[in-house]
Amino acid sequence: MFRRVSGLVLAAVLAVSACGSGEETATPAAGAPAAAATVFAAASLTETFTELGKAFEAAHPGTTVKFNFGSSATLATQITQGAPADVFAAASPATMKTVTDAGLAANPTVFVKNKLQIAVPPDNPAKIESLKDLTDPKVKVALCAEQVPCGAAAVKALDAAGLKVTPVTLEQDVKATLTKVELGEVDAALVYQTDVIASAGKVTGIPFPEADQAINDYPIAPLSKAPASDLARQFVELVLSPQGKDVLTKAGFQAP
Amino acid sequence: MSERASVPGRLPWVLVLPAVLGLVFLVLPLAGLLIRAPWSTLGRRLTEPQVLEALRLSLVTATLATAICLVLGVPLAWCLARLSFPGRRVVRALVTVPLVLPPVVGGVALLLALGRRGLVGQWLESTFGVTLPFTTAGVVVAEAFVAMPFLVISVEGALRAADPRFEEAAATLGASRWTIFRRVTLPLVAPGVVAGAVLCWARALGEFGATITFAGNFPGTTQTMPLAVYLALETEPEAAIVLSLVLLAVSVVILASLRDRWVTSP
Amino acid sequence: MSLSARLRLVRPAFRLTLDLDVAWGEVVALLGPNGAGKTTALRLLAGLTRLTEGEIVLDGAELRALPPENRPIGMVFQDYLLFPHLSALDNVAFGLRCQGAGKAAARRAAADWLARVGLAGHTGARPGQLSGGQAQRVALARALAIHPRLLLLDEPLAALDAHTRLEIRAHLRRHLDAFEGATVLVTHDPLDAMVLADRLIVIEAGAVVQAGTPAEVARRPRTDYVARLVGLNLYRGTAQGRAVEVDGVVFTVAEPLDGPAFVAFSPSAVALYRSRPDGTPRNVWEARIDGVERHGDNVRIHLEGPIAAVADITPAAVAELDLTPGTHVWASVKAAETHAYPA
Repeated sequence: MFRRVSGLVLAAVLAVSACGSGEETATPAAGAPAAAATVFAAASLTETFTELGKAFEAAHPGTTVKFNFGSSATLATQITQGAPADVFAAASPATMKTVTDAGLAANPTVFVKNKLQIAVPPDNPAKIESLKDLTDPKVKVALCAEQVPCGAAAVKALDAAGLKVTPVTLEQDVKATLTKVELGEVDAALVYQTDVIASAGKVTGIPFPEADQAINDYPIAPLSKAPASDLARQFVELVLSPQGKDVLTKAGFQAP
Repeated sequence: MSERASVPGRLPWVLVLPAVLGLVFLVLPLAGLLIRAPWSTLGRRLTEPQVLEALRLSLVTATLATAICLVLGVPLAWCLARLSFPGRRVVRALVTVPLVLPPVVGGVALLLALGRRGLVGQWLESTFGVTLPFTTAGVVVAEAFVAMPFLVISVEGALRAADPRFEEAAATLGASRWTIFRRVTLPLVAPGVVAGAVLCWARALGEFGATITFAGNFPGTTQTMPLAVYLALETEPEAAIVLSLVLLAVSVVILASLRDRWVTSP
Repeated sequence: MSLSARLRLVRPAFRLTLDLDVAWGEVVALLGPNGAGKTTALRLLAGLTRLTEGEIVLDGAELRALPPENRPIGMVFQDYLLFPHLSALDNVAFGLRCQGAGKAAARRAAADWLARVGLAGHTGARPGQLSGGQAQRVALARALAIHPRLLLLDEPLAALDAHTRLEIRAHLRRHLDAFEGATVLVTHDPLDAMVLADRLIVIEAGAVVQAGTPAEVARRPRTDYVARLVGLNLYRGTAQGRAVEVDGVVFTVAEPLDGPAFVAFSPSAVALYRSRPDGTPRNVWEARIDGVERHGDNVRIHLEGPIAAVADITPAAVAELDLTPGTHVWASVKAAETHAYPA
């Protein structure tokens, strides 16, 4: 909720500052240097993209990269409702499709994949070892809601394994799911490998083979109405470059 | 109360103009929802069992939460308004904490207090085998936590505005503290209590952040309408609009009928 | 004495010291200007304000430690404080219910009391629908219905208009006559006090300045406040035989006395002249007219000079003497109309 509000505020501020910069035309003249690039990115990219943003600013003196991190679906809605973003990096092809269908981006590129892991509290009170252990009715399991990418992936993985899990909760995003594990409210949850790494030891990740059946693609695309189209293109290039891959894989993402 | 005749003369534009702007500001987003609503699918959505389930759950939990707030909040308001004790200002400030706290943080705070490993939750589980998160009771707790300040502040205001000498008059007639509270104070501040309860109920009905954080989201147990709306927004914004309108329509109908019955009675 | 109270209250800017003894059936009025501490005294008796020290003994029992609800009192408040959400009947029944009476019995007794105060037809009325006089009677019935041993009335007639006041005053007098307990009444209106009370206690600034029967107080005021209330010119001077000297003016008085003394006389006893009247130099002084105002059928002249005084003169005399502010006149009082007593 909060992130969404701040995103809207940010968008409004950007709209105002764009008006003030003297560019009256709807599409700025090609090659005109813009001071800032605005990147709308999935919440799971918060740490890696912030790092890449700093690298980008260092490589392009005088430019700044502003981020709006949030649920991919929310970001897609904001973009289709006219938020002045330059780049969209989504956590699922479906949310990217909302934007491409609206004609606001073309030819998205999958830049990383993310895999699920079983996250358990460090002391693993329910002694979880495999995906099958989650079917025990005594084990409290949190999953992401099916409507969000990590939830869709969880359903896919469980289907592939032929297992039926009754979660106690279907969380609205992966960070909320992770919080439930961190606080010990649930015994296990299915979250992304990257989230386990980002939690820095507050949860323990248990890989499981069925995760390969439910790999999440992360597409990225510069937006066609980008106020700073050059910077947008350059930022996407950075993400796809070996340097970008390096940052992303260190955080637990997998190369496509 | 008799009607008050307004002072004849020109409309006071200094007041009317901002009032109209304020109303437009409040109603415009609603108009946005109404215009974009896919009316054709409204009937179908309404009959979806999951929607009905979420609606039922919302109404039940909001009502229970309001009941809890009344039982705990009215005495709290009374203490704040009528007793003078050291640290009263601090207590009053503490009451408003849930208002200031982002609801999601409130939910985390509730987990830390009442969760399985929380301060009190640990003991609740080991002693009574009760766990609140992921249960309907947990939804009620989260809603009551967030909505209680509305009731307390409203009732305290009413108590402060009420003439305490009526209570003194009752005491000279031999009424005990409890009788005074029940038969004099409460009837005198009834409009304030009703207004507070309505605010409290409305806030509980729309509660999202604390609920999803503390009680989680599972259809039939903890998925209230706002949660269903939020998740629908992820994939089907149109469905989300319809669900919001359903929630809105139901609450408006309930509040409007209540208002006629209770609020304007004395 | 049925009520014997020693009331002491110390507040940062206020101090009240009042000893009060009231017999069964007796009505004592506390009279005094605003802020004198009259209402505070009632609140102390009722237990609504805590005594700093002292005691309240009623019927041999010490009330000081009891909360208001456990004291055998009935109180009528200045603005009555009828519960707005209850009918007249339920207002009167309230105290009876608190004493443990059943609903039906309480209502029967309440209806009886309403009939006794002449409001049999208004049992169902809400306080908002009652006139001031009716509300006052409901408040009285509510206080009497619980059979108090001590009845406390705080300015019971102050909120009424002049006409209703006359009627309710008589009505209240009848009920006070019939009441067997002790009554303490607070008022700033001398007429209310004279009509309703058996004894007056005048308080100024938290202390008793005069006490006595209404007739005594009216005849022998001891402070300017009381003198104004009873409508007399009052001076403090030194007596020697039949002469009392007040700031250079010598009054001849009827009763011989010596030492500090009060001299009192009515404004209507003052005669005014444009030139010095002949005869005795006593009871005559030169004055300047400070103000002229209507006072009933007469004209009240405010005089300044060696002593300040008011004189009530007929309009005809005013016109004849051409009395306007600033005019110099001679004032005189007949010795027979002055009244002197030891200070």
